[in-house]
Amino acid sequence: MQGMKKLGVGAVAWFLSLSAHADYTWNFPEPVTPMALDTLHVHNKFMLITAVIFVVVLAIMIYSIVTHRHSKGYKPVADNPPSTAVEIFWTLIPFAILLLIDFVIMGIPAYHSVVMMEDTRDQSTMVIKITGSQWRWQYEYLDGDAKGIKFVSNLATTNGQMHNEEDKGEHYLLEVDNPLVLPVGEKVRILMTASDVLHNWWVPQFGSSRVAVPGFIRETWVQVEKPGVYRGQCKELCGKGHGYMPVVVNAVSKEEFAQWANKKQDEQKAANDVKEMTKDELVAQGKVVYEKNCAVCHQVTGAGLPPAFPALTGSKIATGAIFGSDGKYQKDSHLDRVLNGKGVMPAWKATLNDTEIAAVITYERNALGNAAAVDAVLQPAQVKAARE
Amino acid sequence: MSTTSVAHHDEHQDHPTGIMRWLTTTNHKDIGTMYLTFSLIMFLVGGSMILGIRAELFKPGLQLMNPEFFNQLIGVHALIMIFAALMPAATGFANWMLPLQIGAPDMALPRLNNWGFWILPPSAILLTLPFTLALFGVGDGALATGWTFYPPLSVQGGIGVDFAIFAVHLLGISSVLGSINIIVTIYNMRAPGMTLMKMPMFAWGWLITAFLLIATIPVLAGAVTMLLTDRHFGTHFFDAAGGGDPIMFQHLFWFFGHPEVYILLLPVWGFIPQILQTFSRKPMYGYKAQVYSLWAIGALAVVVWAHHFFTAGMPVPALLYFMYSTMAISLPLAVLFYCWIRTMWKGSMSFETPMLFTVGWIILFGVGGLTGLVLADVAADAQYHNSYFVVAHFHYTLFAGGIMGIMAGVYYWLPKMTGHMYNEKLGKLHFWLTAISFNVTFIPQFFVGLAGMPRRIPDYALQFAEFNMISSIGAFALGLSQLLFVYIIISCVKGGKKASDRVWEGAQGLEWTLPSPPPYHSFTEQPVVK
Repeated sequence: MQGMKKLGVGAVAWFLSLSAHADYTWNFPEPVTPMALDTLHVHNKFMLITAVIFVVVLAIMIYSIVTHRHSKGYKPVADNPPSTAVEIFWTLIPFAILLLIDFVIMGIPAYHSVVMMEDTRDQSTMVIKITGSQWRWQYEYLDGDAKGIKFVSNLATTNGQMHNEEDKGEHYLLEVDNPLVLPVGEKVRILMTASDVLHNWWVPQFGSSRVAVPGFIRETWVQVEKPGVYRGQCKELCGKGHGYMPVVVNAVSKEEFAQWANKKQDEQKAANDVKEMTKDELVAQGKVVYEKNCAVCHQVTGAGLPPAFPALTGSKIATGAIFGSDGKYQKDSHLDRVLNGKGVMPAWKATLNDTEIAAVITYERNALGNAAAVDAVLQPAQVKAARE
Repeated sequence: MSTTSVAHHDEHQDHPTGIMRWLTTTNHKDIGTMYLTFSLIMFLVGGSMILGIRAELFKPGLQLMNPEFFNQLIGVHALIMIFAALMPAATGFANWMLPLQIGAPDMALPRLNNWGFWILPPSAILLTLPFTLALFGVGDGALATGWTFYPPLSVQGGIGVDFAIFAVHLLGISSVLGSINIIVTIYNMRAPGMTLMKMPMFAWGWLITAFLLIATIPVLAGAVTMLLTDRHFGTHFFDAAGGGDPIMFQHLFWFFGHPEVYILLLPVWGFIPQILQTFSRKPMYGYKAQVYSLWAIGALAVVVWAHHFFTAGMPVPALLYFMYSTMAISLPLAVLFYCWIRTMWKGSMSFETPMLFTVGWIILFGVGGLTGLVLADVAADAQYHNSYFVVAHFHYTLFAGGIMGIMAGVYYWLPKMTGHMYNEKLGKLHFWLTAISFNVTFIPQFFVGLAGMPRRIPDYALQFAEFNMISSIGAFALGLSQLLFVYIIISCVKGGKKASDRVWEGAQGLEWTLPSPPPYHSFTEQPVVK
């Protein structure tokens, strides 16, 4: 009842505030790239043309419906069996009108848009690689100030909000832990791929949307003209987390971008330094890594969602030995599975660094109802060795 | 063939009764009735699934189901509506009305006809079984890939995908058998004097549909078979790791999937002009132009498939080709609209339920067509693609253009089929409830789509909340209104005012020369068309 009341109030508030967020309600959101601007123009023009066609046709129909009624005693005026010539003439008229609209008024600008959209090379000053995976985006800067920066961007909305246990934040479902940062005004070439299934990287305000195809590289570009935070979502059905794969882009000035890049590079260097850690440190960090990356399938409790996503609690892999008698890690061991994946389980070696992998494995073996007797603690150095 | 009118008339009413009549029947009207009943049941099943979806989407947050189950619902909803509701409805009309309209005693291949129907119930079971089992905790449910089966997601999926693949195989076989039968019937069984260019429009619509089905269903069957071998036998047709390409599946799928849209609509484009001329009390305008337009649409249907995945990556020339060829479909379609409206123009129109549905159909299908035209533009499509704008667009074409058209047909022919008039007041009420709640459901979806809400998501950002709520309310009203439809049909079958032979004042065509309902074997004396 309370809920219904809230909904009612919400609906009224919405009707009153229509003008307040008009551009985000009735049409494309405000464009911030040349591509989105072009798309908006094309869209508005097409919509106008089709609306005019619709209204004219509807008006003729309604006039006929009102006037030529049986109940008003209107006698049908049969078209005298039209001569073929007349028939051709009359059917060619709508044909000609449409021909003009489709291929001239709409067709020519459409041609220019296509060529512009597909031109990824001209004057681009920066290349980034975007990899879609279930269910997060990985970003990698391939050149420029930010060369070498690589991170994963996960949904930041909490489970409690999704299950209506907490109040929903302003950017419910459209917030991430690590947004992509882009410099304003630069044409950025985007290489797109995926690690498992198809995804589609889409920010409505950019007007660009490309399917990320595993095993292939697709290209597109963005040139953000206005600083700000832009939000979008994956829009290719990619499994159960499809609705939870937001794209957040933070567009900043070139100076801020350079600063950010420096800071990020230092952080990344520090994180890649392999150092000895205590079990408690590993478990604490592992919990964060687990909840961000693993809980989506294996659940926060480790119970999994069998049969698609196995439980970790009491699982053979999470409690069995990692290293064989020769000191090397074994095939199908916990470490092997996390590094290389299998089936639906993604390979994490490209996504997580040594410390993160060591931490998450230690966490899984000492929490989630597991208390491994062997190989209870995995050190980052061991992960590093395993990679080689 | 034309000489003997049969003397022992009554024996023809001899046929098995009870359940055996329906299991073994080769009578086109019985089979037509079974198709239509099956279609109505599956329409309700598919509809109740989507009500689950709309209930979940009523407000932001997850309330009723987990995302995996949500994905299963959307996929199965679409497969059921397309393959088990719309297509069998059209085939049902074909079975019932084609022989009556062209003056044939029955379909050309009656046993094939029986088989074609009885393949359907098992495939419907295949589609819904994994889903039902999962409700009781067995297995991991139906396919969760959407109706399009896109790999690699479908390669990853559980046994539900295999069930769906086999269901699609069976449904495809059924459609191809039905199509063969319709083509043979139309070419061989027409009454003397009925040349092709004198054939009823409905026969033309179905003839082209049948050719499209035969051309494209095998491609779909091939694609899903390749998917099956990818899943179980280590082939890599759609896996880059083995030299395959996931996008190749999309080409194969939509080579079927795009013509499928016209497969669903062409039969409707056939009988809509017949209804229009009946209630406008004047012959349809531009018969020839309409026939040629239908052929043009049928031909264009098979060369525009790639506009369904513009954003998947294509060379510029391919993008341009598919954009312009898609736009070209609006040309013959404009001719059709022109002919329909010109048929109404200066007619003497009355607005019984079939006519209401037809006029509503023209307007709403017009919205679907025009939004399709803008979707053809590659640049704008980057925004529309996989957003709710697309959902709204194809429901205007497939619900308004398909199902409401079928409903017009049901009201038009129901008195002929049952021998009773349906309740006109309730029929009109059904139309207004359907038309209004349909718009309440789908107009908001255009707006959330433009604002950036992707389709197939179980939960959404707060800015979309109000429109989704309106849409859900509309969907429930739309769903409940269909119970009225069921009630009207059942009470019409049970009884009501006797229908005359020529039920509608302006009705034209051979089917109206027979009694209502027509005798078990329709034409015992072959009609001659002058």
